[in-house]
Amino acid sequence: MSEVKTRKTAGELNVKRAFLESGIEVNPIYTAEDVEYTGIKNEMPGEYPFTRGIHPAMYRKAPFTIRQYAGFASPEETNERFHFLIKNGQTGLNVAFDLPTQCGLDSDNPAALGEVGRVGMAVDTLDDFEIAFNGIDFDKITVSLTINGSAIILIAMYIALAEKRGFDIQTLRGTAQNDILKEFIGRGTWIFPVDKSVKLVVDTIEYCAEHIPKYSPVSVCGYHIRESGANPIQEMAYAFCIAKAYTDGALSRGIDIDDFASRLSFNFDIYGNLFEQIAKFRGGRRLWAKIIKEEYGAKNDKSCWLRMIAGGGGGGLTKEQPENNIIRSAYYALISALSGTQTMALCSYDEAYTIPTEKSAEISLRTMQILIYEMGICDTVDPLGGSYYVEALTNRFEKEIAKEIKRVDEWGGIVNAVATGKIQESVSKQAYEREMGIQTGAVPKVGVNLFTRKEDPKPVDFHPYNQKAADNQIEKLKRIKATRDHEKVQELLAAIKADAQAGKNLMPPIIAAVKAYVTVGEIVQVMKDVFGEFDEPIFF
Amino acid sequence: MKILLSKPGLDGHDVGVKVLAHGLKAAGFEVVYTGLRKSIETIVDMAVEHKVDAIGLSILSGTHLVLAARMNELMTERNLHIPWFVGGNIPTFDVPKLEAMGASKAFPTGSKVQDVVEYFEELNAKA
Repeated sequence: MSEVKTRKTAGELNVKRAFLESGIEVNPIYTAEDVEYTGIKNEMPGEYPFTRGIHPAMYRKAPFTIRQYAGFASPEETNERFHFLIKNGQTGLNVAFDLPTQCGLDSDNPAALGEVGRVGMAVDTLDDFEIAFNGIDFDKITVSLTINGSAIILIAMYIALAEKRGFDIQTLRGTAQNDILKEFIGRGTWIFPVDKSVKLVVDTIEYCAEHIPKYSPVSVCGYHIRESGANPIQEMAYAFCIAKAYTDGALSRGIDIDDFASRLSFNFDIYGNLFEQIAKFRGGRRLWAKIIKEEYGAKNDKSCWLRMIAGGGGGGLTKEQPENNIIRSAYYALISALSGTQTMALCSYDEAYTIPTEKSAEISLRTMQILIYEMGICDTVDPLGGSYYVEALTNRFEKEIAKEIKRVDEWGGIVNAVATGKIQESVSKQAYEREMGIQTGAVPKVGVNLFTRKEDPKPVDFHPYNQKAADNQIEKLKRIKATRDHEKVQELLAAIKADAQAGKNLMPPIIAAVKAYVTVGEIVQVMKDVFGEFDEPIFF
Repeated sequence: MKILLSKPGLDGHDVGVKVLAHGLKAAGFEVVYTGLRKSIETIVDMAVEHKVDAIGLSILSGTHLVLAARMNELMTERNLHIPWFVGGNIPTFDVPKLEAMGASKAFPTGSKVQDVVEYFEELNAKA
């Protein structure tokens, strides 16, 4: 036996200690003895608990889907951008909606002044969907709707449009973000009280499980929680708690776990330490599989899959030296691919300022394409599997995420923690500490507190606001409202109200209403009449 | 000195405004926060009710010129002289426009908490 002890820690090697953002200390050197969980030696990709990926051949079979977030101004302009992205090799669409649509207000509502078509496309009626998706084949391009508070209505529009086109909805694919619980933590487009909001999400899960089995009605978002100040452990833990809340809701309606769990998907954030993110995904994927199998008793392996979109986060990008964001995003894309993502999207380098221009959207696309076609990233599954450091950190993340989930349970569960503002309060404090770390230089940020230079006052092109498109949208809404069958509209709204009062699933009456061009604002208003609105706990 | 921090319009991004709230509080200021999605009318009502010395509008959606115009209108209508400032995702070329609309200051993306604190310390010294 050797008498010489291996020197691996910072202390032993007499170098500075290093900590991840999650607070975990990392050693300068890792060896086989640091990898406590040895099951990984025999684990294959595509096999439970899926540490190494959910499919056996992963990108060798098909590379990750490229799905940039896009949408602005009118449905007409959005349709043009969609065709531009598809022509340039994008394989899925990720639709951005304007704030009035997200908050359930029509374009002619006084509160929507100046917001129509600004941060995404305006949608008032099914007519807008017909225009936006004109010429887009739902068989070839999967559509993801980034909508939350009013998601049930926009999902209904998607179904209504597919039916109108003669599509068999049994085979209809697509995704909606539809994660309202994270909206209370970050992003803020909530409408109804927390419990009623969760009910609506469960309505969509129930309806899809029965009628549209290939549609993914919810994409649970750790992304925005992390952007709001959560560390990588909390990002995964809170997302899992949220996914469990929706799962519990679906089970309470008598749906079998294996009839919907495989349609739940996730949306995660990437910025910061490369290995920390990779371990977060690998450890998180293993933990989620165990939760679904061991806690919920799923029998189908697919139910245990952590399917995800993992993209470059805006939180890592800077206003200073914006071209550096192109480089950052390329690293984020690499992290995402090394972590076995299903779908990727990158924030464009100018997003700290403006809606991406066509040029910057193209750079993001090319970044991901270079990774797929030039870097050999698709050749081998889980290329970091077996690395002492990555495996040790993966194990640590699995444990730490589980611990954080327990903490939320001690707070009375995620729904309670969100309704009372408990989580919002702690992440906002962390956001402050991180920001102060950057501003004081304790957290290094190139171009911001290191290697700074005098900034060009107008370094990027701005995407201009299209007032004319907004005016046209309002005109069109008025025209549609004037030409509808008024009696029928009132009947359809009364039906939604009655079902809301009776606690029934609201998908069927909403699908019927959108088909008759009842507006988003009209539907949300009758739901507000029954459910009330969220009373935001004020604190910081 | 008491400062009202507000979120006018529909924008739900509140990380920045809360970071600033923490920073101002740490620097010894009293802070009142409105919460999300408040109309300019509600914000001005709250400012009067809480007798604040300044009003901050946090806007990241790009609607700052529309909302600042309404703010200017209402402050004139009610003959109020509380200094108000704008922060958020504001292109530098809009800063002079906001100041021409009556904003006493605009803090574009990339501003430091310390910049805002120093601005208020100056205001406070003048008062």
